[in-house]
Amino acid sequence: MHKSKKKAVIEVKNLSFAYDKDLVLEDVNLEIFEKDFMVLIGPNGGGKSTLVKLILGINPLQKGSIAILDKSIRKSISQIGYVPQNTNINLNFPIKAIEVVMMGKNSQKNSLFGYKKEEILHAMQLLEKVGMKEFANTKIGLLSGGQRQRVMIARALYVDPKILLLDEPTSSIDADGQKQIYELLKELNKEITVIVISHDISILLEYASKVAHINKKLSFHDLSSIKNIETKSDHICEVELLQMLGKCKC
Amino acid sequence: MLEALSYEFMQNDLIAGVLVSLVSGIIGSLIVANRMVFLAGGIAHAAYGGIGIAIFTGIPIFLGTSLFAVAAALFMAFITINQRENIDVFIGLTWAVGMAVGIILVDLTPGYNVDLLSYLFGSILAVNRDDLYFMGLLFVVILFVITFWYRDILAVSYDSEYAALSGINVKFFYTLILVLSALTVVIAIKVVGLILVIALLSIPVYIAQKLSSSLYSMMLISGIIASVFTLIGLLLSYSFNITSGASIILVSALSLMLFMLFTKLR
Repeated sequence: MHKSKKKAVIEVKNLSFAYDKDLVLEDVNLEIFEKDFMVLIGPNGGGKSTLVKLILGINPLQKGSIAILDKSIRKSISQIGYVPQNTNINLNFPIKAIEVVMMGKNSQKNSLFGYKKEEILHAMQLLEKVGMKEFANTKIGLLSGGQRQRVMIARALYVDPKILLLDEPTSSIDADGQKQIYELLKELNKEITVIVISHDISILLEYASKVAHINKKLSFHDLSSIKNIETKSDHICEVELLQMLGKCKC
Repeated sequence: MLEALSYEFMQNDLIAGVLVSLVSGIIGSLIVANRMVFLAGGIAHAAYGGIGIAIFTGIPIFLGTSLFAVAAALFMAFITINQRENIDVFIGLTWAVGMAVGIILVDLTPGYNVDLLSYLFGSILAVNRDDLYFMGLLFVVILFVITFWYRDILAVSYDSEYAALSGINVKFFYTLILVLSALTVVIAIKVVGLILVIALLSIPVYIAQKLSSSLYSMMLISGIIASVFTLIGLLLSYSFNITSGASIILVSALSLMLFMLFTKLR
């Protein structure tokens, strides 16, 4: 029996999706393998968020299939750690970072008011992992954008997922913060699959192992070919890169 | 002043004031956290329809108002969940239609010269034993609900999208919070009146929000702050013979201004 080296953790087949009659995704095929660092790019309205919602099971499937770790989509929600796009919600809300982390899992009942010791311990370990341990008891609204994003990553990791899915993780973070977030993701990628939805193409070459471009249709790129492109300067401009990824037929 | 405390009606007023304040602190925290202040205002005003129905049909005021307010809350919950785009139109509509129904029914009630002002601005001096039982019961129910579902309510209030993803029934808790808000509005009408209730639900919460680092402590601190405002307001109301609701709200608003000034200067 032939065994492939890597296992597909997400397998999207012939997926199409339309809002009313507007086709947003057309015949999308995508395979994501274990420990990939996958970046999904594409223009606004190109269907990135729709694909995320389909993978998470927020939107119902219309046509095609999505297999996550070889199981049906409904059961697999807990296998994907999700970091939503907007993490600047409810900043006045009186809640500590560690409480946000423990929201990662719908608590089993009967833990009136408080949190169980093992939950607190687990959350603290995750906060340490993302470098936010000393802020565990800080109000979430008092953290910087980058710090808050780390807490949200810890929340996504709370279910011990095999896959981490981030929607525009650096959209509201300063340059230093962005770099740190990607370094953190690189570190996490040693153990789990990371999927990032992003406009932020400049970081691609440094961190991503695979890139897919979505604009209704999905085109897939092996990054090695991009890395080999000869440019007159050492620098590849973001615009050139975006155009190239959108146009090429590979 | 102290001799006033020996009258039974005054004792009832103080007990009612504290009960309503504690409930307002808890539910007000949820209303502010879930950005439902305008929604709660709509329910409060719509509740006047219930007062009208109760007076017209002769059923107890508390019962009529509660039923009507809960119906308004369910309607609001349904609209918010299914028609997000037009939500403010429907809130405004419920707000005005509820009041219109109440006013017409009171007009149509033969020989009844209702003291409209007491429902609009509070009539705590008329609190009786039954009112106190109703307030106490609601307080216990709310404590029970909050204790039992604290983490679900916390998750829904902080980030409803993520709560839904992790399998929490967001619609149920959203509706539950609105129904509890409706019942809170009903008991608060006795103390501050339906026009002023929204201030009691939001001013103490605004102050508490700055002072607390968890939802639980925000509820507790709001409840205590609201109680202090209510007690001071009631004593002023008694001493100067002014309307209780208005004096409570002015005490709250002045304290809020001082608080903001203090935090700015610090």
